[in-house]
Amino acid sequence: MNALLDMRCISKNFAGVKALSDVTLAVEAGEIHAVVGENGAGKSTLMKVLSGVYPHGSYGGSILFDGEERRFRDITDSEALGIIIIHQELALIPLMSIAENIFIANPPARFGVIDRSAVHRRTKELLAKVGLDEAPDTLVTDLGVGKQQLVEIAKALSKEVRLLILDEPTASLSEKDSAALLDLLLEFKAQGISSILISHKLNEVSRVADRITVLRDGRTVDTLDCREGAVEEDRIIRRMVDRDLDHRYPKREPKIGETIFRVSNWSVFHPQHADRQVIRNVDFNVKAGEIVGIAGLMGAGRTEFAMSIFGRSWGQKISGRAEIEGEEVELSTVRRAVDAGLAYVTEDRKQLGLLLAEDIRKNVTLAGLERVAPGRVIDDMAELKVATDYRNRMRIRCHSVYQETGKLSGGNQQKVVLSKWLFTDPKVLILDEPTRGIDVGAKYEIYCIINELAESGRGVVVISSEMPELIGICDRICVMNEGAFVGEFPGTEATQEKIMRAIMRKAEVRP
Amino acid sequence: MSEKTMSEKTVALPEEPRHAGFLKTNLREYGMLISLFAIMLFFEVVTSGTLLRPLNLTNLVLQNSYIVIMALGMLLVIVTGHIDLSVGSVAGFIGAVAAVLIVKFEINYVLAALICLALGGLIGAAQGYWVAYFRIPSFIVTLAGMLVFKGLALAILQGQSVGPFPVTFQKLSSGFIPEFFSDSGQLYPTTLVIGALLAVLLVWQNVRSRTRQESHGIVTEPYGFFLAKNLLFFAVIIYFAYLIASHRGLPNVLVIMTALVALYAFVTTRTTIGRQIYAVGGNEKAAKLSGIKTERLTFLTFVNMGVLAALAGLIFAARLNTATPKAGLGFELDVIAACFIGGASAYGGVGKVGGAVIGALIMGVMNNGMSILGIGIDYQQVIKGLVLLGAVCLDVYNQKRA
Repeated sequence: MNALLDMRCISKNFAGVKALSDVTLAVEAGEIHAVVGENGAGKSTLMKVLSGVYPHGSYGGSILFDGEERRFRDITDSEALGIIIIHQELALIPLMSIAENIFIANPPARFGVIDRSAVHRRTKELLAKVGLDEAPDTLVTDLGVGKQQLVEIAKALSKEVRLLILDEPTASLSEKDSAALLDLLLEFKAQGISSILISHKLNEVSRVADRITVLRDGRTVDTLDCREGAVEEDRIIRRMVDRDLDHRYPKREPKIGETIFRVSNWSVFHPQHADRQVIRNVDFNVKAGEIVGIAGLMGAGRTEFAMSIFGRSWGQKISGRAEIEGEEVELSTVRRAVDAGLAYVTEDRKQLGLLLAEDIRKNVTLAGLERVAPGRVIDDMAELKVATDYRNRMRIRCHSVYQETGKLSGGNQQKVVLSKWLFTDPKVLILDEPTRGIDVGAKYEIYCIINELAESGRGVVVISSEMPELIGICDRICVMNEGAFVGEFPGTEATQEKIMRAIMRKAEVRP
Repeated sequence: MSEKTMSEKTVALPEEPRHAGFLKTNLREYGMLISLFAIMLFFEVVTSGTLLRPLNLTNLVLQNSYIVIMALGMLLVIVTGHIDLSVGSVAGFIGAVAAVLIVKFEINYVLAALICLALGGLIGAAQGYWVAYFRIPSFIVTLAGMLVFKGLALAILQGQSVGPFPVTFQKLSSGFIPEFFSDSGQLYPTTLVIGALLAVLLVWQNVRSRTRQESHGIVTEPYGFFLAKNLLFFAVIIYFAYLIASHRGLPNVLVIMTALVALYAFVTTRTTIGRQIYAVGGNEKAAKLSGIKTERLTFLTFVNMGVLAALAGLIFAARLNTATPKAGLGFELDVIAACFIGGASAYGGVGKVGGAVIGALIMGVMNNGMSILGIGIDYQQVIKGLVLLGAVCLDVYNQKRA
């Protein structure tokens, strides 16, 4: 075997949470190697280790490239060896031309003066290689996403590339653009350039990949060889999701009542691209005492759906009907949504959920401040009592409620955010990735809190990319893809394979 | 309802260390105040006692009142994460408008002052509108405002100074409160009484708040420290009241200033609107997703800034007893510097009214002290600049260490 890259026993921790443990990945020269796994399986982290985003010393294990051990301090070290990564979010500067973007770091220059004609000529050559027929001085912002992706690849080719890493390159491409991109990868392979392809689209993976490495929960589960015959997609899916679900979820006897919250014919358009419909005429409901899960991959539209409901915090041209306890409610601002009895716990608690520089007390009362402020003057002792109550009930581990929330662990921060919303006494809670980045023990506590919320007769919606979590706690699971619901299972019947199939089926018939 | 839903179980949680490290954690809080006293002491010594002479102290108050007043508004603007560069020009412009209204059109000065305050609010609204609802960077909007109102002041004064004002209007800044006790020899007893009342009120407030904390078992301040602090505050207030009383009594402007400082301290720390302003500056997106009307609050801080800039403009015009096209020049820099010296964060969300006031006083004492020493305006600027940079560096260093 002729191994170009050999990653051995790679481990990586984030603040005590294991993101990768003993991951092994070997890529041969002239091979297209696919890496698949659920969200959070560790694919992107692994690629960041490989490219030097996480420098040597911040992870365990060793990286061999060309048979020698490499210790990258940063991305320039890995690029010098020809390891080029193209991230899911494109790193192009929109208001610069294609040529300027391609040669942004090292333009051909003499005495520091950029040689414009050389830039132009070499850009043309590179664009020809990736099959992009555009003038080099076209602004990147004027290109579609597919063409921007090709510019990124051209940029990669401007360096000596030996291993090209593509993180979800086709996630936002049309089928035609995707096919062109995959053909390009095959062409590179013929020229001896290896690629690592990270993708959720298994049909694409099985079309171009020579081997497939499956990651699950930060571990390498399997490496499947496709050269000896096609690998069935079902087999890949099973390897991706297979895991035991023993006692990680607290037991609960659901007592489900009347429908408490219902949206019908809900549709939302992208905030920047007014003609792009992100949520497609969706119907959705939750009953009192019910925990409903929304499953789907990243970019399926789940967060966008939730935020558009919650005071139109995302998107434009939002239409549809919303009812709470059978009565139509107007949810045009966050304040109205909160007053109507809705609460939304954001996916990104640091950016969108907390005042990190303020203490626990101020965060807990933020959304319901009027409850401790008769006549708009804050009763600081009443506020303190509220904060202390929540600290005790939610078991927020801290020195005192005067501790800065920025200094708490992820699990405790999440409890602060939950406290904030419970304090508004909502009828319906939407929890977006409530256990992301939280260790196992704290996860269990969050599940207990979710159960208690449902038991108190509220409707609870849980958005999560972790399927076992949804299966473990939900009474009903709705599967979203491309802004529409593509499947629904009672919690007792749902399996990860069923959910994954519902998603994949849809992903493959993308227009 | 939420009260009953969660399990009532409580767990033993680690308690905060009671008094340990109290001074350390609060040093930053009192650091500014200590710096102010140190600077005052320094100038008192090097000017051989001129700084705290009753006449000079009264002048110090009169000279800096408009900076303190504008710093109150600027603090809120900075806390929301913005800046207002136009305040100096707005103050100058309002002074000019007042002069034209009162001197040229002979409008009653009370009415004229009200019109000017309303106009200030309108100017703030006009600028805040673009900042809050159109998301145009406040730096740009208020830089434009700075040019516009500087120009308008020139235009309505037609390049000339307009004055003098009627005596009653001058009283706004150069007047003193009436003396109620007939027997006034060297001292003005009313001022002393007010000073004493103020000192008692402050100590009483502190005691009340401490008893409240005690009843909830959350006192962190050691008793000895509390006692010493209150005694010191009491003594300092009485001493300054004595100094002020031995000149001509309490200046009107000091009354206005003290009332405003108390009002803004209350609003920022105790009311929902104050809390929400800090939330907007701390994390605008999180605040918005918590149901806070972030745009409206930003807008209102600019309206407020406009009104305070107008008030400062009136006081300044009354003090000079004339409106000149140069009035207000460079005020914005002193005001912004006062807020940053006082510990406000340029990233928003952090800053206290007390800090901004102390910052303004530090600048004021330095101006005054250096003038007495005969240091030229050139080196005064150099020194002030270095103090600003030093104060902020120290603050950032302390935060990193914490």
